[in-house]
Amino acid sequence: MTPNATGADAVIDAVTAVLLIVGALMSLGAAIGLLRFPDLMSRMHAATKPQVLGLFLVLAAIGLQMREWWVWPILAVAWIFQLLTVPVSAHMVGRAGYRTKHLHPELLSIDELEAVVVRAAGQRAAEKAQEAASEMRHTGSTRDDGSARESGNARDARDSGSAGANDGPSA
Amino acid sequence: MKDIVLIVTAVILSLAAAGAIYRIAVGPSLLDRVLASDVLLAILGAALAIDMAVNRHLNNLVLLVALTLIGFVGSVTVARFVADRRGQVNDS
Repeated sequence: MTPNATGADAVIDAVTAVLLIVGALMSLGAAIGLLRFPDLMSRMHAATKPQVLGLFLVLAAIGLQMREWWVWPILAVAWIFQLLTVPVSAHMVGRAGYRTKHLHPELLSIDELEAVVVRAAGQRAAEKAQEAASEMRHTGSTRDDGSARESGNARDARDSGSAGANDGPSA
Repeated sequence: MKDIVLIVTAVILSLAAAGAIYRIAVGPSLLDRVLASDVLLAILGAALAIDMAVNRHLNNLVLLVALTLIGFVGSVTVARFVADRRGQVNDS
């Protein structure tokens, strides 16, 4: 920043100062969110602010201060790099959080994975029941015995369903 | 102007870093700590960028991009290998 700036310099310096302070406030907002939000998912929402918006504001301030055109593409590359990496890591963290049940289900307004989990649990229960039935036919045991084991298998599958559903191709 | 901006942003970023470090220390889960360390990394990046903007140089730009990469690799690695411990369900 220019000391004792006048005219256009003063305006640019003032804009820079605002951008820098708002960018720093994003970090403070993220920290407050980390401290006050109740579970991992809502903390993830707060954590993104300095990573994307805060970095954008501060990089814009750098661009304003350097007063060279060739700086802007470099700053854009740095920001786009952040834009590419942040969603991927957030996705991984969020999925790991869902798998290890680090969430309060009553706080979710929509759980899009729930239907998938239930369906996968049902499929797994059906497979197990089929296996059990074919085993039963080989050993020749009674019908009553088989149905009891079936229901037990179904409950097992539902318990492990949330982990099993995410063991998809990308896991 | 320069001093005011530096002092104000330093105070704000220090408070933010203190909050993030508190969350790293308290947890309660590993993923919370990963998230908080990511935020701490973003705060460090913001500090580097503010230094660049105020003093008009670009020395830290490569460091900033490297910091992004390290944070990405770190959080993805930890999230990938978080174990599914059935015993302590919902301890967030």
